[in-house]
Amino acid sequence: MLLKNTYNEFVKILAKPRSYLGIGALTLLIGVILFAMKADGSSFISFVTQSFEQTLSFNGNILNGNLIAFIILQMLIIHIPLLIALVTGDLISGEAAMGTIRMLATKPISRTQIVLSKFIAGAVYTLIITVWMGFLALIVAKWIFGSGDLIVLNSDGLVILQEADIFWRYAMAFLVAFLSLLTVSSLSITLSAFADNSIGPIVSTMAIIILFSIIGSLDVSVFDHIKPFLFTTHMASWRSFFNDPVPMARIYESIVVLVAHNVVLIALAIFRFNKKDITA
Amino acid sequence: MSQPIIEVRQLAKKFGTFEAVKDVSFTVNKGDVFGFLGPNGAGKSTTIRCMLSLITPNAGTVKLFGKTYTEDRIGILSRIGSIIEKPDFYKYLSARKNLEIFARISGANVSKKEIEEMLEFVGLGGRGGDKIGGFSHGMKQRLGIAQTLLHKPDLIILDEPTTGLDPQGIIEIRNLILRLKNEQNKTIVLSSHQLSEIELIANRMVIINKGRSIVEGSVQELMNAQELVLTLEVDQLELTKTLIQNNFANAQILSIKENVLELTLEKQQVATLNQDLVRAGVSVAALEPKRRLEDFFMKIVNE
Repeated sequence: MLLKNTYNEFVKILAKPRSYLGIGALTLLIGVILFAMKADGSSFISFVTQSFEQTLSFNGNILNGNLIAFIILQMLIIHIPLLIALVTGDLISGEAAMGTIRMLATKPISRTQIVLSKFIAGAVYTLIITVWMGFLALIVAKWIFGSGDLIVLNSDGLVILQEADIFWRYAMAFLVAFLSLLTVSSLSITLSAFADNSIGPIVSTMAIIILFSIIGSLDVSVFDHIKPFLFTTHMASWRSFFNDPVPMARIYESIVVLVAHNVVLIALAIFRFNKKDITA
Repeated sequence: MSQPIIEVRQLAKKFGTFEAVKDVSFTVNKGDVFGFLGPNGAGKSTTIRCMLSLITPNAGTVKLFGKTYTEDRIGILSRIGSIIEKPDFYKYLSARKNLEIFARISGANVSKKEIEEMLEFVGLGGRGGDKIGGFSHGMKQRLGIAQTLLHKPDLIILDEPTTGLDPQGIIEIRNLILRLKNEQNKTIVLSSHQLSEIELIANRMVIINKGRSIVEGSVQELMNAQELVLTLEVDQLELTKTLIQNNFANAQILSIKENVLELTLEKQQVATLNQDLVRAGVSVAALEPKRRLEDFFMKIVNE
């Protein structure tokens, strides 16, 4: 029954116009970035590299597909959660708002399976968004700008990665980015189990991300103890794959925190939905 | 002996401090078309939601097919088809896709052919490919009934199925329910706030009000109660009163207003009263019997 209802969830997601809104918006955003970089990427690069020009000389194609993909990931990781929440925040509460939750909950399927099938469908949608972002950011960017070594500016300074040493890093970075976005998906589905309208969970998801991000960026000692447990702290851990050497211990820690968040959120949603009186 | 399909005992449900259902008990037997009657806000929908495991009651028991939901929720639900309040569907999907979605999780193997047959059965044969967004309320109700029947359930629960329908729609749904009863011998629970609707379709019923079940029994027995309430309009009030008191010991005068009396009288005595009054030279302008149950129900509704 879980598989049958998961299939149903895919049918519903595929039929909803808002599902394509997310993919369309993502395509547009990446298209705008690619266009901007094609039109004026060299001055953007000069601005970044000018502080190093006295000590380093840059040769070759710096403005290449690998760099553009990195820039796109950096810029969009904040905005994609909204596109994810737009669909996943509606998965349970949207049924309540439409009234179809009554029909679902009176069918011979357990409420746990109803919730799990929505999480699975939400995860697949998140995966599709991540893969689409990867395709546009890496494949299309490489096709337009060509390939080359990747120069990344991080907190330790400038890191130069050889072209042959990049693809696996992107593959792993996208996997961790998927896990981060999956946490957003799980959060919005869980909030969705507490609401009877779609707007509440979507706005709440974004509010939580913004709040946690602000707490994470505030250099105040009172927050130091909670920062490691906030999922937003670990949402940028994909960047660690572009350090040399890669800090695997830190990445594992982030993966554990994100997986733990997902498990707790799914358990909470199942508990809530099983206890919920369906009055909608 | 009748086989009970639904047994509700001393059901109670609170939402915060509001007691939606206080004490509801009734039994639905196999093959019944059972009317669940009560004014708006009586607790009908809450009771039905408890019967379908949408709501967990605070007290009391609900047994369907001899089992509680704790014992076998999936088994029970696989034998029920229901519409609660109004049938809601995925507006962005076609009628056919909606039925496919619900058929997939109905616990039965429903073929595409059966879905088409069901669309035909409810009179939506040519509209299967149309999106629900463009459907009228009546069409949605009919599709709702199709959805309840897809997996061939033993028990059908319809909560206010004619609400919001035009007269034509009401007749269509009523005929559809009668067909289910006559052609497929289904056990049907039908909630309504209209006595006339229950009277036309149901064979047994319960009346609930303010969260309590008031009366339960066969519709025919309840509707044909021997004691009637009569409204009598005459020209000689005092003579009429004396005649009633002397000749009809069981009669009880309920009210007198100008030349109109309201009294209770056994059904078989009505004709005799009329004859006695005429013989005594009383001119009877009106003799209107009202049924006890109707009067009783109207009193509940107006309370």
